[in-house]
Order: sequence, then structure tokens, then C-alpha cells
Amino acid sequence: MNTAVTIAGVTWKNPVTVASGTFGSGAEYAELVDLNALGAVTSKGVANVPWAGNPTPRIAETYGGMINAVGLQNPGIDVFAKRDIPFLKQYDTKIIVNVCGRSIEDYVEVVERLGEEPVDLLEINVSCPNVKEGGIAFGQDPKALSEITKAVKAAAKQSIIMKLSPNVTDITEMAKAAEAAGSDALSLINTITGMKIDVHRRRFAVANKTGGLSGPAIKPVAVRMVYQVAHAVKIPIIGMGGITCGEDAIEFIMAGATAVSVGTATFRDAEAPVRVVKEIEDYMRRYQVEDINDLRGCVE
Amino acid sequence: MGITKMTATILRQDVIANGIYSMVLSAEEIAACAKAGQFVNLYSRDGSRLLPRPISLCDIDPKAGTIRLVYRIAGKGTEEFSTYHAGDTIDVMGPLGNGFAKKEGSAVLMGGGIGIPPMLELAKELHSMGNVDVKVVLGYRDEVFLDTEFAEYSTVYYASEDGKHGVHGNVMDAIREYGITGDTIYACGPMPMLKAMKEYAVTNDIEAQLSFEERMACGIGACLACVCQSADVDEHSHVKNKRVCKDGPVFDAREVELS
Ligand SMILES: Cc1cc2nc3c(=O)[nH]c(=O)nc-3n(C[C@H](O)[C@H](O)[C@H](O)COP(=O)(O)OP(=O)(O)OC[C@H]3O[C@@H](n4cnc5c(N)ncnc54)[C@H](O)[C@@H]3O)c2cc1C
Ligand SMILES: Cc1cc2nc3c(=O)[nH]c(=O)nc-3n(C[C@H](O)[C@H](O)[C@H](O)COP(=O)(O)O)c2cc1C
Ligand code: FES
Repeated sequence: MNTAVTIAGVTWKNPVTVASGTFGSGAEYAELVDLNALGAVTSKGVANVPWAGNPTPRIAETYGGMINAVGLQNPGIDVFAKRDIPFLKQYDTKIIVNVCGRSIEDYVEVVERLGEEPVDLLEINVSCPNVKEGGIAFGQDPKALSEITKAVKAAAKQSIIMKLSPNVTDITEMAKAAEAAGSDALSLINTITGMKIDVHRRRFAVANKTGGLSGPAIKPVAVRMVYQVAHAVKIPIIGMGGITCGEDAIEFIMAGATAVSVGTATFRDAEAPVRVVKEIEDYMRRYQVEDINDLRGCVE
Repeated sequence: MGITKMTATILRQDVIANGIYSMVLSAEEIAACAKAGQFVNLYSRDGSRLLPRPISLCDIDPKAGTIRLVYRIAGKGTEEFSTYHAGDTIDVMGPLGNGFAKKEGSAVLMGGGIGIPPMLELAKELHSMGNVDVKVVLGYRDEVFLDTEFAEYSTVYYASEDGKHGVHGNVMDAIREYGITGDTIYACGPMPMLKAMKEYAVTNDIEAQLSFEERMACGIGACLACVCQSADVDEHSHVKNKRVCKDGPVFDAREVELS
């Protein structure tokens, strides 16, 4: 049985990673689960300098999901490179670094710094809805997306994965723009902009007023977008949005994803990403699937 | 020993006041290494409520392998927990957070409302050190709970907003009324109370350890949902933010900014 997949020249032992921002840099969860069991670890968005993030409350639970407006708090690339990369290097798993910024120059600075580091892939977040400068401007306009993709690609030593926002009218337009500009792979979806109002206090549930919706509530939207994008581009897709179990992951793979990320589900069950790996194998045994790659896009 | 996620059996569940429940769980791994001021995450059975509910440890019995949680029905999740019976199971993860740093000398423990439960385990632990003079100030809105259990470990003072129990007002009013003071203050309660505590501690140059609440997702320091503002740049975050779930929930009054 083969579970290995290849994304932009990097082969993962299985198709499962964690969604950026839900797993820190792995250190906290490493006390609870074996990071070696994951195909890759994707770290929290990192910028050229430390970001303080948004005021609290930063999250609110919603039916079958949650809204977050953490605001990309991060310690900056220097601390990340010195502390977090060596930590992740202890494990037999691929390292994907998620990058955020306020301007093209910010992104390029981080990506150049990472050129000297032993990391496998760079995921470029141009889709965070919670900070005005957090990339969303790049992620909602095909021209701007094309421009930043080209700049990052030219500066990057590793292959790049542009992470797309679902907060657009036609995601295939964005996917095609990223592909044409040189992106080696795509990640989707980031969170869907939402809002929750506390009717008892007559207040917004998160301080930022709006936040990104994630978790099982968004899965059907994510599966649909992965399917559309898979039919619009040739580069591999990392699918995510509400995955909680192996069958959810298989759904994304059948829609056309090469690999998947588990995010919000980890807050409920720290074992979720590792469990998804096991449950994918269970599914393969049950239906006698020899190679996980045979399932990709098999719904026609 | 580290954090354990387990399915625990409920040994008993009692209503101890209107809307306030006491639940005892058989959770040997957690009881073996937990201390006062730490908390656990409780998970709802209903998957539509996917985030954990953080609840403080009100009693830890490593010998019996049990932990006790006292909680108020605040919404759907705690309402669900209140329907559980002895013999049922519940998913729980802990112990989480840092807990109180117990100091010798005289201690003043202050609990306001649902901030009272963690003070019981703290009173027990300080009392068992043998050389600590423990005073406890409990503030209630109206109905009292856990009050008699504190007497075993400490001198107890009361305040209630309806004036029916002890001083009419809050814990700060009780402190002033009785002239209560000590070497170390430990406090858990609503934000206005913690703010008043911080001010009092700074003005009188007393060490104060304050226990915070914030909305949480992971509960272990990974998601950065639960931060509070720190006075200085934090050595983990490299900004003026600390994680309530991991760096707290207990903070020295001087290291945090309350707004
Ligand atoms: C470290 C810590 C220790 C706590 N200890 C206790 C305790 O010993 N006894 C007790 O009764 N309560 C305690 N609380 C508060 C308790 O976590 C909330 O009352 C509970 O989560 C409410 O859940 P719900 O589903 O009933 O309410 P809902 O309002 O339906 O909850 C919706 C979401 O908001 C979160 N939430 C709601 N209120 C709070 C709050 N005050 N703090 C943090 N998250 C909240 C919930 O966890 C959930 O994710 C503690 C909170 C923290 C952070
Ligand atoms: C608390 C939180 C923080 C997040 N932080 C980031 C981030 O830093 N960078 C990023 O690209 N996506 C971030 N995301 C989005 C996730 O990586 C993912 O795209 C989204 O949550 C959908 O997956 P899920 O439903 O499995 O969580 C964050 C999501 C959550 C819930
Ligand atoms: S709840 Fe995730 S960092 Fe505290």
C-alpha cells in the first residue's frame, strides 16, 4: 500500500499535514502526539518582524465551527529560524513554513531568509482575512496575486505553495493567476470571513468584529472549491477546511487534492491529524486501494 | 509528568447551589501531577460544540486518583455537562497551565464568584505546608457555595453583593472592612476584581498572583487565541503578549497589563 505523495518535488510519506496556525510550530502538540507520523508539519504564519496580533477576544465558537481573528501574531523570522526550525528538524517529517507579510518586500525578505534554512516548502498566505495587510489584498485580486507570486517565486530557493482565499467570487481565476505566475502548488481554503454577535451583551463576539470561519461547518465549501480548482490548474493542491477524519480527507482527495491539512479539528482532538493518517489507511484497506494517488480526482 | 487526554468516569455529580455543580472524576494520571491553579479542558459530546471548556481544579486527590470540578452553567456546554450522572464518562485533558507558586509566610486567598473553586485546592495545599497562615476572602453575588469547606484550612471572610453574607459588597470591601493583609495574595475572579487586586498589591507592595480567564481553543499554547497583555516583551512570543493557557492562567500582577 502506498500513501506517499509528491508536492512540487517534495515527497511526503503520507498526504497529511496540519493547517497553519492551528499547530504552532509543533512544540506544544509534540508532547501529545508523534510528529513523525505526519507527512508534513506546516507552521504558523511568520513575518519579517514580530507581530502582536489582534486584541482579545480572538475566537468564538459557532455551530460546528469557530471564528478566529488572531491577527497573525508571530515572533518574527529570526526567532522562528533560531528556535522553531531546529526543533522541527528533529522529526522525520517535511517542514512547510507559512509566510505572511504586509507588503511584497516583507514576503520577499522572509522567503530569502528561509533560503538558507533546511525547510522543504514555503506556503505563502495571501488570504488571511483578519489583518488588513495580512495578505488578503493580494489574495482577492488576480493581478496583485500574480505580482506577489512572481516576486516570491523569484526570491525563493524552495518550491512555493500559494494559499488561496475562499473570499472571492471565482476561486479558479485566482488559482490560474497563481499557476501562471509560477506557483508550484496551491493550498486551499483559508478561512471564510464571518461574524458572530453576542445578543446578550449586544457586542461582537470577537474584538476584530469579523473573523475567519473554520471547522466542519466550512467543509462542503472547501470540497467544492478544491474540485473547481483541480479542474482549472495542473499544479498539485493541498486541500483543507473542516477535515476531522479519514473519510473527510478522502473526500478532498477525490475532489482533486494531492494532500490535505487538518486544522480546527485538532483543538477538539489533539490526535486528529495522526488519526486521519490511520483512517486513510483503513479506508485504503477496506476498498483495496493500492496507491493513494489512484484516488485523486476519481470522482468524475 | 505531562498532559493527559483521557475518557474519565464521573464518580459523582451534585448541585451545590442554584446553577452550580460539583463533579468528581476518576482521572488518575491527571490527579497524580496536578496542582492548585491548574485547569482541565472538558469536551462536549455534541460535535457541533467543538471547542473545549476550560474548568479549574477545585480539588486534587492523588491517592484516590480523583479530581473535582465546580462549575457554573454559563451556556450550552456546561448545561450539557450538568446532565451527566455518576457512571457516565467525559473526555478531559489536563493538567493545563502553570498553577499558583505557593509561598511561605502569610497568604491571603481571594475568590470571587466562579473564581472561588480553585482557591479551595490552593487553601488545602498551603495549609498542608504547615507553616503558612491562610486567610480566605470569598465574594458572592447572592447564594453561597463551598464556604464551609474552606473552614478546615483557613480563616474565612465573606462578602456578598446582596449583603446577606458577610460584608455588603465585594472582596475588596471585605479586605478594607477587616483590614486583611498578608505576604502573598492569590486571587481568582472577574476582571474588575483582578484589576482592583493588582492596584492594591502594587500600592502596598505585596506580591499578588492573579488567575486569568480568556477564550481558548487549543488550551496548550499552540493557537494564540488566549493571550493577555504583558508588561514586557514575552520571551516566547517576542511581543507583549502571554498565553493564558500555557504561561498562565496564573500571573504575577507586575508582569501583566489589565485593561
Ligand atoms: C482557565 C479557566 C478556568 C476556568 N475555571 C472555571 C471553573 O472552575 N468553573 C466555572 O464555572 N467556569 C470556569 N471557567 C469558565 C468556563 O470555561 C466557561 O464558563 C465555559 O467555557 C462556558 O461554556 P458554555 O458552553 O457553557 O458557554 P458558551 O457561552 O456556550 O460557550 C461558548 C464558547 O465560549 C467559551 N467561553 C464562554 N465563557 C467563557 C469564559 N468565561 N472563559 C473562557 N471561555 C469561555 C466556551 O469555552 C466555548 O468555547 C474557566 C475559564 C478559564 C479560561
Ligand atoms: C486559530 C487559527 C489560526 C490560523 N492561522 C493561520 C495562519 O497563520 N496562516 C494561514 O495561512 N492560515 C491560518 N489559519 C487557517 C487554517 O490554516 C486553515 O486554512 C483553515 O482553518 C481551514 O481549515 P480547518 O477548517 O481544518 O481549520 C488559521 C486558522 C485558525 C482556526
Ligand atoms: S488556547 Fe491556544 S494558545 Fe491558549
